[in-house]
Amino acid sequence: MIFKALFLQLFTRPVTNRFPAKYMPKSVLGFLAKVEEGKARLVPPVPVTEGFRGKIAYDREKCIGCQMCIRVCPARVIEFKPEEKKIRMYVARCTYCAQCVDVCPVGALARSREFLLADYDRFAPNLVVE
Amino acid sequence: MREKVKPEEMAEANERAPACSTCFEVPIGPIHPALKEGIRFTFWIEGERIRKVDIRPGFMHRGIEFMGTKRNLIQVLYLAERICGICSISHPLAIVQAVEQAAGIEVPPRAQYIRVIIGELERIHSHLLWAGVAAHELGFDTLLHYVWKVREPVLDLLEDLTGNRINYAIPIYGGVRRDVPPEKYPVLKNALRYYRSLVDDFVNFFLRDPSIEARTRGVGVLTREEADSLCAVGPTARASGLRKDVRQDWPYFAYPDLGVRAITPEDMGLEVQGDVYDRIVVRLLEVVQSIEIIERCLEEMPDGEIIAFPKVAALLAHLKKAEGEGIGRHEAPRGEVIHYIRLQADEEAPVVWKVKAPTYSNLMPWYPMFRDQEIADIPIVAASIDPCICCMERVQIVRGGREETLWKEQLLELSWAKTRRIVRGLGPSHVTRRASRGGADERR
Ligand code: SF4
Ligand code: SF4
Repeated sequence: MIFKALFLQLFTRPVTNRFPAKYMPKSVLGFLAKVEEGKARLVPPVPVTEGFRGKIAYDREKCIGCQMCIRVCPARVIEFKPEEKKIRMYVARCTYCAQCVDVCPVGALARSREFLLADYDRFAPNLVVE
Repeated sequence: MREKVKPEEMAEANERAPACSTCFEVPIGPIHPALKEGIRFTFWIEGERIRKVDIRPGFMHRGIEFMGTKRNLIQVLYLAERICGICSISHPLAIVQAVEQAAGIEVPPRAQYIRVIIGELERIHSHLLWAGVAAHELGFDTLLHYVWKVREPVLDLLEDLTGNRINYAIPIYGGVRRDVPPEKYPVLKNALRYYRSLVDDFVNFFLRDPSIEARTRGVGVLTREEADSLCAVGPTARASGLRKDVRQDWPYFAYPDLGVRAITPEDMGLEVQGDVYDRIVVRLLEVVQSIEIIERCLEEMPDGEIIAFPKVAALLAHLKKAEGEGIGRHEAPRGEVIHYIRLQADEEAPVVWKVKAPTYSNLMPWYPMFRDQEIADIPIVAASIDPCICCMERVQIVRGGREETLWKEQLLELSWAKTRRIVRGLGPSHVTRRASRGGADERR
């Protein structure tokens, strides 16, 4: 029977992480603005692991414009800029498979642990990497 | 089982008189709160009992195979991963086998073991997910929350090993992309120990609970003969007493060394009844079996390479040269998944890519399962095969903006027409090629 487990549960910490706030704020955006001003405290998200595949970090200086990443990217995230021989990534399309990281011959791409990427605008500055 | 009717009659079946004179026809779906995915059931109901059922899939087709023929094989791998959100390693594991067979790639032994480990971890989390859903369908939400709580550690473990909770992006043609280094063994072993310690609880909560037993014993029965003749796969078949498991019958990866045996309720000393209860039993035993497999993998895993082509560019070049066909099968948590692939030299994209997801084989067993059940049992019987409709939808023909489904006769007609074309000397190559790429439009 499940009653014993339920009773014990009363004395253990809930597994749910109350992100971003302990109680649902009236407006999440308003709450986040308050956090920026330092008037409210954010309950941090569950930390991700060491090898997490998050947003891809791009080192513009290293890139030689070989376009290998464009060839393997399954989601067609990456666009080539022929004038500069560099790339532009639209993170909103990315599936975080990190295949581009594996293929890059000069190590210009790396996976980062950044994952809070939700936005109303898919072309927001944070979501376009050049 | 549904009696044999001609296709055109089948199409009219819904408009025709009901199965019995006192029957009511109750359609459920394609969009319905009780269903998680789009599929339409038509039940003919007499009083509280279901007398006849018709199932109409085809609402969730996404055209993934077609997209695959427009991309190179590395891109296809990640597309395959997204066929299913829960079996997100089963499809890649099947397609890598198919491509490795077609392109003649040898996989290092350590990689084979790592594939097994991740595959079995997925089975644990998928079966726990199912147990939660089943509890919810029975109105036992406490148990749903409990099960999904204990499912978290395995997802965390998967994130630790692969970089993400779901969509692990681990297998690649010729190996795996990430090693499971010895530093990770203790974490893995801890998690396995945790799940071992939960097994008793699960037996208590699910199998010894009188209300669960009352709701699942004798409900949704699929006999052994029906399971066999309707080609049921996975836990659905095994719960009916059919010892059928790809890992046992056609061992691949490291499974030949591990000697997996298909599990039926008999392994728990129960008589096989083929009902929903037995499906719970089988899935529970399979969680234990997966734990054992992973433990053995950790002990027996050899050292060495994990990938045949460390450079992705070399792999791409090899795949471009490759020509041939291959078939890959894997025992996903829901049953056997099959991928077929045909490669052509100087062609980066596969010429043909065909997927068969386990639910496809488990649709027909729904017919006998639903027969003479009560309306209130519909959700749990439907859930008992652990359906994944999206993954299963493989054929949808759209011609000139109009959607239509090809029945067997029409398919035969198409096939005959193609033979005639070939006989007339037009040659198969460009016709098949374009048909497989462009869909039905060019076929006529
Ligand atoms: S992580 Fe995957 S989807 Fe994202 S840019 Fe790289 S290759 Fe493309
Ligand atoms: S693979 Fe690396 S070097 Fe080549 S274009 Fe992409 S980021 Fe630049």
